[in-house]
Amino acid sequence: MQYPRRLPRFEYLEPKSLTEACKLLLQNDGKARVVAGGTDLIPKMKRRDVNPRALISLHGIPGLETISHSQVDGLRLGPLTTLGAVESSTIVTERFNVLYQAVQSMASSQVRGLGTVAGNLCNAAPSADTAPALMVLGTRLKLISPQRERTVAAESFFAGPSATVLEPGEILAEIQIPEVPRRSAGVYIKHTLRRAMDLAIVGVAVAITLQDDTCHNVRIALGAVAPTPIRVPGAEAILKGKGRSGDLFRRAAKEAATACQPIDDVRGSADYRREMVEVLTRRALEQAWDRCPGSTEGKR
Amino acid sequence: MQQRQRIIELNVNGETHTLAVEPQRTLLEVLRDNLGLTGAKRGCDQGYCNACTVLVDGKAVNSCLILAVRAQGKRITTIEGLSHNGRMHPLQEAFVNRGAIQCGFCTPGMVLTAKALLDANPDPSEMQIRRAISGNLCRCTGYVKVVEAIKEAARVLKTGGAA
Repeated sequence: MQYPRRLPRFEYLEPKSLTEACKLLLQNDGKARVVAGGTDLIPKMKRRDVNPRALISLHGIPGLETISHSQVDGLRLGPLTTLGAVESSTIVTERFNVLYQAVQSMASSQVRGLGTVAGNLCNAAPSADTAPALMVLGTRLKLISPQRERTVAAESFFAGPSATVLEPGEILAEIQIPEVPRRSAGVYIKHTLRRAMDLAIVGVAVAITLQDDTCHNVRIALGAVAPTPIRVPGAEAILKGKGRSGDLFRRAAKEAATACQPIDDVRGSADYRREMVEVLTRRALEQAWDRCPGSTEGKR
Repeated sequence: MQQRQRIIELNVNGETHTLAVEPQRTLLEVLRDNLGLTGAKRGCDQGYCNACTVLVDGKAVNSCLILAVRAQGKRITTIEGLSHNGRMHPLQEAFVNRGAIQCGFCTPGMVLTAKALLDANPDPSEMQIRRAISGNLCRCTGYVKVVEAIKEAARVLKTGGAA
């Protein structure tokens, strides 16, 4: 463990548009980092884990802190939208509750006031709490560079620990979360030792949409149990089109535990993590199903 | 050397300071080293302990994680700016009355975090208080008396107890 020292020198760049920011990123040829909230990057620089020659701040660009919502476009978050803003957004709590559950579990109120959702994704920690929640919401990410603009699914964004598919000169410009179907519910369970200021030993997100009494759609995503946050399509397939069944939940949970690739680290062993994936996936499936409006449990 | 420095204006506790700072200086360093405001403490220096908490535009944030250049034009409140005409803020009085202080290292951050909470929510539940200060590490008193102090301050502030 490297103790923090004062920040090293760097060039501080304040572009006036995202296009200009992309160009600066490209010009600095891998030696510059984009800074949004800075809550991950600044400590890393103090510990000398990373040593960028330049920081490209997005704070001089207007209009990047947005949380906008419409029936057609769903929920859209800007690159500077803070975790705290998402946490206190009524629309997020009411309609995209799984994201609220993830965000409120993170760090401290102070850090949430600075840190951004986009930064949590771009930092690409395997334990990033917003990632599983955004994955089960069917989120797409808009990436822009001087040459082109593309969107990728949240589950295709990560390339490894601290690595993403962002190419040189590319910036995450918008987080696009589609409108949630009516009879849906989501659950994020974060397994930690402490109730605050802790990283997930295991994170499990589940979103279910019901039609009549069967599972119309389900997404399951896991954090902290693979080199990146992952979806587990094999487990999802077990449930699609089926009715509520403890046996199916157990089979899906077992499949999730088989699909993940956890490691031993200071927070937990690989074996323990795998066990907990099974327990928590089953629990999250039960809870999400029963929270869906009009579910048999929900009616009771 | 001189081109590395930037001229920034910081509004700290109602007073505007014009400063020349290099971009790698944090707000915490500038408050402590340039302005002599040593109330905000440098604990872990990486966002874990929240002893460096100050209010930026009314929001409690870690001054060790913000570059001073980013605080340009923002309204900053440190613990030194809380008392008025030599009279302590009700939160400070409550911390003293309730014995919510031992060594005092975490206290400025605790008090300012509580101020941000009460400004946004004048009547918080115990759970809301505990959640708000959950990132503020205290290694001596424990948190019971701190929570009691914040509750007392909320009562005093609601009944119009000055400040």
